[in-house]
Amino acid sequence: MVPFNILVAVCLVYVGLLFLVAFLVERRANARSLPWLRSPLIYTLSLSIFCTAWTFYGAVGYAVRSGWEFMTIYLGPTLVFVGWWWVLRKLVRIGKTQRVTSIADLISSRYGKSNMLGVIVTVISVVAATPYIALQLQSVTLSFAVFASAAADGGPVPDKAATALWVAVGLALFTVLFGTRNLDSNERHLGVVTAIAVEAVVKLVALVAVGVFVVWGLAGGPADMMAKINASALSSWDLQPGRWAGLIFLSAAAVLCLPRMFQVMVVENVDERHLATASWAFPLYLFLMCLFVLPIAVAGLDLLPPGTNPDLFVLTLPLAQGQDGLAMLAFLGGFSSATSMVIVASIALATMVSNHIVMPLWLSLRPARAVSGDVRRIVLLSRRLAIGGIVALGYAYFHLSGGSAALAAIGLISFVGAAQILPAMLGGIFWRGATRVGAVCGLLTGACVWLYSLYLPSFGPDGVISARLIAEGPWGIGWLRPQALFGVGGMDPLIHAMFWSLVLNATAFFTGSILTFPGPVERVQGAAFVNVFDGEVSAGGWVRGAATAEDLLILSQRILGGDGALAFFEAEARMQGKAGPLPDPTPGFVGALERRLSGSVGAATAHAMIAQTVGGAAVSVEDLMAVANETAQIMEYSARLEAQSEELTRTARQLQLANEKLTRLSAQKDSFLSQISHELRTPMTSIRAFSEILREGDMPPAMVRRHATIIHDEAIRLTRLLDDLLNLSVLENAGMQLTLGLVSLQDMIDRALVAAAQTRPERSFAVYRDPASEALYVTTDADRLTQVFINLISNARKYCAAPEPELRIAVRQRGGRVMVDVVDNGRGIPEDSQALIFEKFARLTDETRAGGAGLGLAICREVMTALGGSISYLPGQGGTAFRVTFPLRLQAAA
Amino acid sequence: MKRPGLPLFLQRRPYRRRRKIDAARLLPVFGAFLLLLPMLWAPAGDEGRGTVSDGLYLFLVWAGLIAVARLLAPSLTADGHPDPDGGDG
Repeated sequence: MVPFNILVAVCLVYVGLLFLVAFLVERRANARSLPWLRSPLIYTLSLSIFCTAWTFYGAVGYAVRSGWEFMTIYLGPTLVFVGWWWVLRKLVRIGKTQRVTSIADLISSRYGKSNMLGVIVTVISVVAATPYIALQLQSVTLSFAVFASAAADGGPVPDKAATALWVAVGLALFTVLFGTRNLDSNERHLGVVTAIAVEAVVKLVALVAVGVFVVWGLAGGPADMMAKINASALSSWDLQPGRWAGLIFLSAAAVLCLPRMFQVMVVENVDERHLATASWAFPLYLFLMCLFVLPIAVAGLDLLPPGTNPDLFVLTLPLAQGQDGLAMLAFLGGFSSATSMVIVASIALATMVSNHIVMPLWLSLRPARAVSGDVRRIVLLSRRLAIGGIVALGYAYFHLSGGSAALAAIGLISFVGAAQILPAMLGGIFWRGATRVGAVCGLLTGACVWLYSLYLPSFGPDGVISARLIAEGPWGIGWLRPQALFGVGGMDPLIHAMFWSLVLNATAFFTGSILTFPGPVERVQGAAFVNVFDGEVSAGGWVRGAATAEDLLILSQRILGGDGALAFFEAEARMQGKAGPLPDPTPGFVGALERRLSGSVGAATAHAMIAQTVGGAAVSVEDLMAVANETAQIMEYSARLEAQSEELTRTARQLQLANEKLTRLSAQKDSFLSQISHELRTPMTSIRAFSEILREGDMPPAMVRRHATIIHDEAIRLTRLLDDLLNLSVLENAGMQLTLGLVSLQDMIDRALVAAAQTRPERSFAVYRDPASEALYVTTDADRLTQVFINLISNARKYCAAPEPELRIAVRQRGGRVMVDVVDNGRGIPEDSQALIFEKFARLTDETRAGGAGLGLAICREVMTALGGSISYLPGQGGTAFRVTFPLRLQAAA
Repeated sequence: MKRPGLPLFLQRRPYRRRRKIDAARLLPVFGAFLLLLPMLWAPAGDEGRGTVSDGLYLFLVWAGLIAVARLLAPSLTADGHPDPDGGDG
């Protein structure tokens, strides 16, 4: 057995070692020579303060009482970390951009830097953490007592209260020495965190060592262990669904809301990427911590005398087996668990107390001092006092409660208290509509319900509230019974309290939020929190005020220290492009300075101090609206520009097309003019020549007749050409006189075919028609329409180059309109010419011209327009194809 | 709300990253389902639940969650895209 004084000596040596680690790390960190200190490993290990003495000792006791239910406490955090992308990532990013110093600071900063919220969260956290700290003191005391009773001959054994007192004092000293050595603007404590990481390794190694001893030392390996479990009283367990789900949720909420977890997870985080490693490494740590709990419980029940406290099996089992070394290791593991929790929790709570309670009080009591004097000393002093106070509170609770309750119960009560912050926190980072009033309502409601239904009854019947009140409710009102609110009895008291406190908390938070209107700073902060991944932080909520940069420098020197403040101001001045040490006091700069200061004293205090200097010229609703309007106007303007440029592009395209068409038409006109002069000239030349010959006389009559015929033919050709031109100009300028009548479409096509046969009569065309479909009577101008058909058919006869030319005429009726397709089996018309063929003087080729002047289709188009129809080229028919569309019954124009 | 200026479609690598983010988001939901599943198991016979079998199941699920998180973690930290939150590829 280990004598008690040796035990004390071991503890002192161990603490001394931690001290050394913390000291060396702090010194090296200043020299920036230890990169591994900022590694994800240290971060993950520091997170293990989630596993306190409650885990180290209490888990085994919990397993003895409720089987696997103890695991819920670690499954919740596992889910939170595995799902880090949802909440943790955002929390850490917000913590960095806003330089959050604690969870109270996060809530206060989010809801318009309201100090009232900071105070509420601080008070809830302190009240919830006090029993938890007492629990740690209790576990250390109990473990001392186990050793002391086992080795009564080791020297004088102090009583439990004295042990707890000495432990408390020692912890407070350690925390003060390392937690408040300096006022860092990031609120990070590298030395402490590293010491915590060392302790994390010790407790993991200790618990695993005891587990390995149990599984491979006492039992014969895993298979034998399973057989032993099956043979023990723990061979079956009872899963209460309400508690199972409720506790997983509760522990998940707690890992986010416990001040000490927030401290190591968010505040002490040096690199966001560490979170990714922790997302699997921290669950792995928890996994290993849980792995051997049940075997130890079974072995303890099996080997230790009945009545032994199962909460201490981890320690008593090796002791009973004569494994003094292992017992010592287990003792150190428990000691580490307890001390690391107390150290971090008291640092986190002390930061909250000093930033949200002491500093505002001090500032309001001595407004004059707010503008002069070194604040840093005050901040540090208040933190040291707060650490002492918090540890003292824990000791007082331990002393008063007598340290009797089972460890697990106290821990869960504390969890429910911390979980009250969850709605305000999640609402704050995901919902811009969450307001300060809502958060206050939610937190107060939740805290009151928690106090009434769980915290106060936990002191036992007739502890703080009477047994009668618990049984019958206040003034005999049954539905206000603390453990059966609103008549919901039959629930596990813990789950009942958690359920009602969180439901009412969330309801009050939501109702308060939707019924109130947030202030301007609140809205700025809400946007900065919720949209933290959208890049830049909002302007900071300051308008250009009366403060000079010098005033601000004086202010910040008091918090950041002379060198730190100057360095910051110079860097900002450089960023503004100024040469001197003083930047312009722009809103952006004041916002940045405020964030920097809030890293030291919290958002609310920093805001208040800057407001005093700047003259309270914080941003107003009008300013916010102005910014929003500006943004909206710019967006609208750019949208309009975009639309305009699209329209311009469209117009430019149309113009370009029109231009191309005009250019081509102009070229055509030129070629037509030269052609028509040629066309006119050729017959004129021959007419002149032959008439000259005739004038000479002295010619045989046969010759005279032949020459006269030629002259006559040429004159007819000329007349036709002139007729065409005349026709077109009449159509275009004067409109045309229509003589409407009922005619057979078939007759018209017959006539057209006969008339068109005059063109190149030497070619024989195969004509395909469908007489049935042509049996239509239409009201139209028969002559004009026939002229169009003649034109189309003669065109086909003229230009179709196929060796066995074919012509297909298809008639269709659609509603009140008739469509006639004239299709040949020629080459068709190339796509780029299709747009031009209906223009005047259009000619596709010069090679096969057959006397036409390029006016035929133009005339057709004018005629069809006059007839209320249209003519169009029909692509993709295996030849040149035209479609003529006209109404079945043409009404005479009124 | 649609944010302007984000591409509608992504290249292969950012696309894979988005899907890994989706997986990371779904993992806790899936894990919660598996961990709550034992609530629905009816105990065999009337002597309560088997501690060993339930324990094996819970530890297996736990280990599985850790393993998947381990697989996903490295690719999520790579600074491939400045704003992994917007759009869904």
